[in-house]
Amino acid sequence: MRFAHEPGYLLIVDDNKVNRILLARGLEGDGHKVKTAENGKQALEKLRTDSFDLVLLDIEMPEMNGYQVLETCLQDPDLRDIPIIMTSSLDEIDSVVKCVELGAEDYLNKPVNPILLRARVNASLEKKRLRDEQRKLFRTFATKEVADELLKTGFSLGGKYVNASVMFADIRSFTTIGEKQDASETIDLLNNYFALMFEAIIGNHGTVNQLEGDGLMAIFGAPIHQDGHCEHAVRAALEMIDLLRGFNVEQAAQNKIQIEIGVGIATGRVIAGYTGTQHRATYTCVGDTVNIAARIEKYTKEARHPILIDQYTFEGLPKDIKVEVLGPMLFKGKEQSIHIFAVKPN
Amino acid sequence: MPLIDPATFNELKQMSGGDFINELIDAFLDDTPNMIQNMHTALDANDVESFRRNAHSLKSNANTFGALELGILAKELEVMAKENNLNVGNRLEVLNEMFGKVAEALQGMRA
Repeated sequence: MRFAHEPGYLLIVDDNKVNRILLARGLEGDGHKVKTAENGKQALEKLRTDSFDLVLLDIEMPEMNGYQVLETCLQDPDLRDIPIIMTSSLDEIDSVVKCVELGAEDYLNKPVNPILLRARVNASLEKKRLRDEQRKLFRTFATKEVADELLKTGFSLGGKYVNASVMFADIRSFTTIGEKQDASETIDLLNNYFALMFEAIIGNHGTVNQLEGDGLMAIFGAPIHQDGHCEHAVRAALEMIDLLRGFNVEQAAQNKIQIEIGVGIATGRVIAGYTGTQHRATYTCVGDTVNIAARIEKYTKEARHPILIDQYTFEGLPKDIKVEVLGPMLFKGKEQSIHIFAVKPN
Repeated sequence: MPLIDPATFNELKQMSGGDFINELIDAFLDDTPNMIQNMHTALDANDVESFRRNAHSLKSNANTFGALELGILAKELEVMAKENNLNVGNRLEVLNEMFGKVAEALQGMRA
């Protein structure tokens, strides 16, 4: 719960000086920093050279009206995330509806009611802050397309069945590594390691959705369906091994510990969705495929192969990826044996 | 009907502190003659859109200060322009006269 709002940087666009003063003083009195523009062209210039948190935009203006400014902003990737509140007199309700349908954040009737002005502006700023935070969070864990899609479709907490490839990766014998070096060195190692793994996963259209200790879980083919998720997952695994090889060379040069990882991938139907609450949700997958991927990953150590995959993943691979058949494997607690394949690192 | 509705004006005055109301009155007194001039120019050029927009702004400002009668006159002109009718007769003169009275009243209402 936030008791006092945080001030924002606002642009007021109105050709009418009385309105500009009215809006500006009201908002400045509320702690916001305010700039003004007298017409649409001036507004766009200011928006492109400064970074505003919110725009209050008049509809009726000569030359370039508010509707045209709104349209221009929404089509510009650099400007479309700035929330825009339309200001209009009561008799312009048709234009207001058009603007909100087009993508305006909200609207305010003129003459503005100071209490409503304050409330609507603060609500819009708060929404923008949440969106910015969510975007930052998702950018760390997923590709830009996934982050954008999630923001566009919203964060409904319901789940759905999707066909996806699930990856688990773990550092081998991490506990002993932790005992051999001091804590800060271990954290440093983990941060470097995760940075490399994220690069490989996100670069191959995957989404990292869980981190636990030295282990991670990633999903390919969800939240946005993508053909070729089996191949993406395996290529990500190959790149992870490759990047780790380079990492180990550097570690050896600095006389530091080298690490090995195991990667397990399984493909099939999973239930994907957000779990948690509206305020803190993670995108996750559950289901048999997830359990199998986790089991396969555990098995990499015993099998002495860094990348193991199940049959459904294998069936989705192009010919240039070299694979060795390891045969059926019966995992504890599973009724059916699973055909395991080892992917040959480059 | 009073020239300036006291309730509307007082509410406006309380919206912000300091020199706010004086600044606002100045802007209104500076801008309104320009708007009326623009309406004359638009009338001569038969520019319905410019006439309508200026009448619209004048109406909006008049209502902000509680100058209700001035607002009604401006709205009438806005509606006429919307209907593509610029046969405004002596309405611009009446509007100008009314503005003169409102301006005088506002001068006396400064903080």
